[in-house]
Amino acid sequence: MDETLLSAIQAITERFVAQSSEFRGQITLMISPEHIVDSCRVLRDEFGFEMLAAQTAVDYWPEQAPRFHVIYQLNSLSHHQRLSLRVPVAGNAPAIPTVESVYPNANWHEREIYDMFGIRFAGHSDMRRILMPYDWVGHPLRKDYPLGYEEVQFSFNYDEIDRRKPYANE
Amino acid sequence: MGVEQKLGNMGVVTIKLEQAVNWARTNAMWPMLFGLACCAIEMMSAQASNYDMSRFGMELMRASPRQSDLMIVAGRVSRKMAPVLRRLYDQMPDPKWVISMGDCASCGGVFNNYAIVQGVDEVVPVDVYVAGCPPRPEALIHGILTLDEKVRGEKIKDWA
Repeated sequence: MDETLLSAIQAITERFVAQSSEFRGQITLMISPEHIVDSCRVLRDEFGFEMLAAQTAVDYWPEQAPRFHVIYQLNSLSHHQRLSLRVPVAGNAPAIPTVESVYPNANWHEREIYDMFGIRFAGHSDMRRILMPYDWVGHPLRKDYPLGYEEVQFSFNYDEIDRRKPYANE
Repeated sequence: MGVEQKLGNMGVVTIKLEQAVNWARTNAMWPMLFGLACCAIEMMSAQASNYDMSRFGMELMRASPRQSDLMIVAGRVSRKMAPVLRRLYDQMPDPKWVISMGDCASCGGVFNNYAIVQGVDEVVPVDVYVAGCPPRPEALIHGILTLDEKVRGEKIKDWA
């Protein structure tokens, strides 16, 4: 393993009580929500992870603690290394601190996570939906969100669905 | 004995107003440029030289809804796009027609999910549905000719 990466993992696990795991050469650090901003800042300033390549989330419903994992994919251009951070968050209306102050591009990523999963980011400068219309109800990528929008029409239920379906009338 | 026999060889054609107007409408129908997905590629292909939609008087795609009288909804309409679609439809001057091109625009197609409107007929009134995923240019031209037939059959008492 690369020395920079090794020392970075060591520093983060010691300072912020994180657990590291490896899967097929990719290192993942589990970090608690209150430490995510500090560990991102340390990784950026001391270990050269200048780039937040991706930020996303996973819904582990029906588990409740943790229900979600927020995932940060960090990239170091100067050392050519990658590192991923995972933050477990519990509950149905979770909130974690924003990393916008460290990586400005987290702004839109976090808006997307809020839009799709309903995870709020405390201290975010512009916490609106980004993909769905502003008046949308619900968060589509949650596992308990309905999968299909309309029942599939067959010959046996065609009339019934046709009666329910709205049509534009002039 | 009609007036045409008295007129003789003067180069005058007599026709009912209804037919003349409908003929004019079908032979210079300007569709609006409204490509939303892969159906738009087939729509472009229908206009290009291989299929040449201009044979039917439709060579001119207008970028502005104010200048067009046919809206070809070519592709899937997302829920965020639906108000835009309706607004563009409202901006088109009467008389106006809508062709729903492809499965996605007609009924949602394979996208039965939160993001896609399940049939553009929820938003605007549709005259002709063209099936296919995506429909071939021939299918689109057939749909347009079907619309032409419909327009040719319109009655003067129905004009607003």
